[in-house]
Amino acid sequence: MTQRTRNWLLLAPAGLWFTLMLVVPLTVVLIFSFGERGAAGGYVPAFTLDQYANLPARWAAFKNTMTLAPLGTIAALLIAYPLAYFLAVRADPKWKTILLVLVIVPFWTSILIRSYAWIFILGGRGIPALLDWVGIEGVRLINTPFSVLIGIIYGYLPLMVFPIFVSLDRLDKRLLEASSDLGAKPWHTFMQITLPLSIPGVATGCLLVFILLMGEFLIPAILGGGKVFFVGNALVDLFLQSRNWAYGSAVAVTLVVIMLISVTAYMRFIHRLGATREDVSIM
Amino acid sequence: MRIYAAFVYLFLYIPIGVIALFSFNAGRHASQLQGFSTQWYGKALSNPFVMDAFETSLIVAFVSASCASVFGTMAAVALQGMKGPLRTAFDLLIYVAVMIPGIVIGIATLIGLVTIFDQVNPLIAKLFAEGAAPTLRMGFFSLIAAHTMFLMALVIIIVRARLAGMDRALIEASSDLYATPLGTFRQVTLPQIFPAILAGFLLSFTFSFDDFIIAFFVAGSETTLPIYVFSSIRRGVTPEINAIGTMVLAVSLILLVAAQILLQRGKKKS
Repeated sequence: MTQRTRNWLLLAPAGLWFTLMLVVPLTVVLIFSFGERGAAGGYVPAFTLDQYANLPARWAAFKNTMTLAPLGTIAALLIAYPLAYFLAVRADPKWKTILLVLVIVPFWTSILIRSYAWIFILGGRGIPALLDWVGIEGVRLINTPFSVLIGIIYGYLPLMVFPIFVSLDRLDKRLLEASSDLGAKPWHTFMQITLPLSIPGVATGCLLVFILLMGEFLIPAILGGGKVFFVGNALVDLFLQSRNWAYGSAVAVTLVVIMLISVTAYMRFIHRLGATREDVSIM
Repeated sequence: MRIYAAFVYLFLYIPIGVIALFSFNAGRHASQLQGFSTQWYGKALSNPFVMDAFETSLIVAFVSASCASVFGTMAAVALQGMKGPLRTAFDLLIYVAVMIPGIVIGIATLIGLVTIFDQVNPLIAKLFAEGAAPTLRMGFFSLIAAHTMFLMALVIIIVRARLAGMDRALIEASSDLYATPLGTFRQVTLPQIFPAILAGFLLSFTFSFDDFIIAFFVAGSETTLPIYVFSSIRRGVTPEINAIGTMVLAVSLILLVAAQILLQRGKKKS
């Protein structure tokens, strides 16, 4: 058996699986998005742009996603950076790995259960009850954009910390010593050496979190109580409740297109900041 | 700086702690602590709906993680050192599988499979006697197929990273010493990438076990544990859900620690 045949045989199961379960389904979504809704739901073949013309009907979902996804990304970044800096530069090397693992582990556990936990903390008997006791009354936290934002930060913080940690950890610590030996103040050292060299990590973290937030469904469903909804929530409604497959497909295609455009624009921007393309990678 | 870090760790772990704490609450009301009890664990474990959903989740996670590990490793080995259009096509497929939001994967699988089934079912019906024909529908197998697709991409990424860090000279030496390609794979490559494969399996298992969004679309009439938990939360917070949540978190934590140890050991060996 030649190496070529062997490689083909090794790749065949994965190739077939990807084709049948990824390429074909995505193509069907694209085709359906140009179709029409059947009388009893589902899909009727057609070629029309009606579904796309009707997109403004779900404007609120797009607006929420397009504001809370970037906002959540930036908030997660602001909280994650100091922690990643602490872990990479300041923490005792003995404890470094353990501390890092402690940050990452929650990310791999059920986001459903972790979001659910915040119902307790933000719900009527949680923080609002505490505030009530201190004298601040009538604060409502659950089912607001704030609770969704907390859920987002909580859910995706680990994903932001990790790449920033990696880029700060790789940074040659002698550069920092040299800078301070040459009389630079700590703040200047940070702004001129640490921050620029950690840009690849920051860029990767933001990209990962942003991509996942664009398709978010669970956090707004659990902590937004139907008042704060994302495109993901609109999609669940369209496919599982109203069974409007054609319109739902158009919404899904639009979501992916918006994602692709923003990610491309973002990569261009990062590129201009001086990071090479290999530095910003999701794999 | 330290105080700040301590705060972030509190932020990360308090919610998990709160769930674990309330799962041992004796009271019937989910939000008032009334003494210690393990009754909710007993209730959860004797609830047939919970156990059914748990069983479904376990089987789906085990089968999809196994398929993904085998086919993903095969693909990663073949892709190693390969160039040309086939390589580009696979890189693109892996990229798309990881980049496209889970919810879109779920939707696409749902309408893609339903469309295929609608075409295939009449054909199957013709082959069988009246009423004896099996019909393809969403359920167990669509769940496994969708999870395997996504997890395969994950396994390929993990195993490929390990293969890239491997010493090529060993493989060349092995073939210079007249080992067959299969022999080289079994005796040189496999022992080196095995920790990565096992770690990929464990991560895949956790992912499949915890996945809600893809399963929500493709599970058909089946209920997985996350789907059960989600629909219960909709009906209100109960101590039983806290007990289930704590158990789910504990299972994921154990698997994660195992995967982490394996990955670290793999790194040390090379």
